[in-house]
Amino acid sequence: MTDSRTAAAPTANHGDSAPSLLLRGLRKAFGDVVAVNGLDLEVARGECFGLLGPNGAGKTTTIEICEGLTAADAGTVKLLGLDWHTGAEELRQRIGIQLQETQFPEKATVEETLRLFRSFYRRGISVDESIRTAQLEEKRGARVGTLSGGQKQRLAMACALVGDPELLFLDEPTTGLDPQARRHLWDLVEQLKQAGRTIILTTHYMEEAERLCDRVAIMDHGRTIAQGTTQQLVALVGADHIVEFAVAGRDTDLAQMNVALLTAIPSVQSHRVDAGLHQLSVSELHTAVPRIFAALEEQGLNLSEFRTHSATLEDVFVSLTGRTLRDE
Amino acid sequence: MSRFETSSLFQLTVLRFRLFLREPEAIFWTFVFPILLAVGLGIAFRNRPADVLQVGATTPQLTQALAADKGLTAATMNEAAGTHALATGDILLLAIQRPGGVEYKFDDTNPDARAARLLADRAIQTAAGRREAVRAENQLVHETGARYIDFVVPGLLGMNLMGSAMWGLGFAIVEARQKKLLKRMVASPMPRWQYLASFVLSRLALLVIEVAVFLGFARLVFGVPFRGSLWQLGFLCVLTSLAFSALGLLVSSRAKTMEAASGLMNLVMLPMWILSGVFFSASRFPVAIQPLVRALPLTAAIDALRGNMLQGMNLGQLGAPVAILLAWLVATFAVSLRIFRWK
Repeated sequence: MTDSRTAAAPTANHGDSAPSLLLRGLRKAFGDVVAVNGLDLEVARGECFGLLGPNGAGKTTTIEICEGLTAADAGTVKLLGLDWHTGAEELRQRIGIQLQETQFPEKATVEETLRLFRSFYRRGISVDESIRTAQLEEKRGARVGTLSGGQKQRLAMACALVGDPELLFLDEPTTGLDPQARRHLWDLVEQLKQAGRTIILTTHYMEEAERLCDRVAIMDHGRTIAQGTTQQLVALVGADHIVEFAVAGRDTDLAQMNVALLTAIPSVQSHRVDAGLHQLSVSELHTAVPRIFAALEEQGLNLSEFRTHSATLEDVFVSLTGRTLRDE
Repeated sequence: MSRFETSSLFQLTVLRFRLFLREPEAIFWTFVFPILLAVGLGIAFRNRPADVLQVGATTPQLTQALAADKGLTAATMNEAAGTHALATGDILLLAIQRPGGVEYKFDDTNPDARAARLLADRAIQTAAGRREAVRAENQLVHETGARYIDFVVPGLLGMNLMGSAMWGLGFAIVEARQKKLLKRMVASPMPRWQYLASFVLSRLALLVIEVAVFLGFARLVFGVPFRGSLWQLGFLCVLTSLAFSALGLLVSSRAKTMEAASGLMNLVMLPMWILSGVFFSASRFPVAIQPLVRALPLTAAIDALRGNMLQGMNLGQLGAPVAILLAWLVATFAVSLRIFRWK
């Protein structure tokens, strides 16, 4: 899809320069479980903002509060300068929503489903345009039940777009999709981004957040533990590279490994072990690697695995929480 | 497209209607099943000539006297054999010759046996020379409207209206809730009342087809009478369907899974299948539970439909059942709107 008009930016400019989304001190508990625990967020107009975190971090609760589906226990929620108590009608007209795991009626066709959703909005794009944007032209007359996972997700996206929203919420848009369908959906989100829409998406795939989002908030246990651009967040790791290695041998040998010898190497910033895999954050790979080899040899340890990669949001999460994103 | 066609109420209703028509099972239960049931019952309970009753007697003289009556066939047997024949249902009555007269052995709780007692006694007394004090003639009538099929068609209509309204509304809503579609709809600017109204509108559109097909069949094949006004019959069908739609809404207002919903549906509908007089008159139940039976919406619906179709009663004469249906409609609708779970 190359025609940028099909994903045109919202034409109605409501003039105010309020942020698209403003959350202050947001709190929500379900019984004893605190899902959101004092969350602050601000998303500027035209920004693509990512909420990244493991399952159960409170991403979906947060986004559902923003969408007006769940009432917060405490805190301020403002979208496009409006709030859900006084501006619910108007907000629903101006935002687009894609929920996790919505199943549209299986026996309705793609076109019928979109015609229905289009009828809810006072203004918006045509059904044809939404079908073209979501690249579902060939499936226009197909029943929803016959669509693949990626096509269903693009239909959900098209339903979110028919009202020509100024603010778009995407809750885990690529969860459960195969890699090809995921890339396909990323292309779609990028087009929407280029058209200047404000997009807020949740994900637990770091590469998704890195690829799509201008700014990212990392969530854990109902709070944001870090916020910023991908580069700013990666800088929190304190080093650009991650060295991962495992050593062969019995557990007792491993317990005797002298970690101090490794952390004494000048460019090694930190060390941690996860399931037998050692991770070092390293600022100068070329000087550190020979010394790491030397330090291990000195102790008579044999490497069974050794690799390096550039620091990612995954490493940020690990260094901030001590857990990986897939732990839960 | 016109403004009307792009309106959300129209789109919701049309989609609801289409989705129904794309479910083969729903088509079967709504349109085909009631007709099959009517055909089955019509065959099973077709009117036969008045039955000839089997009786026994202990002497050839008695047997001859009994056989003289056209309503009886008689056989001679001794008392032991006769008692056995009574017990196994081969005969309904045994006439025993005693020194001082005749003794009748029969089960007085069986209406056929009581009829046999009257016929047998008349035959034996006549054979012994009794003269009738009053001369009597029979004029036989076999009127449509008094047959079992005439009785059961309004019952089946009521049952069908209940089933299609409750399943149609309840299942679709719970399915939408379970599949998170309800949540998605509520997150859009769709007016919530329109979502519920679309069910009612598509139900009413289907109702026209459903009622016309079933009653047309009953009229053409069985000659079931329509003695009341047709528009009032139409009104009763609409009222019944609305009352059960509201009940379906109530049942589905909180259920989160299809399993929970079908359990609740059956819990609500099963007592009515039994108590509300679909297949036999509800007045057969004990007096003590009659107030309960009468208060059930299906009883009221079937009473009203039978009153209209079989007795030609107008709405004024059907005030009580119509009031009961209205009360159910208003009460269940009000409660379900209060407790309805949109997520």
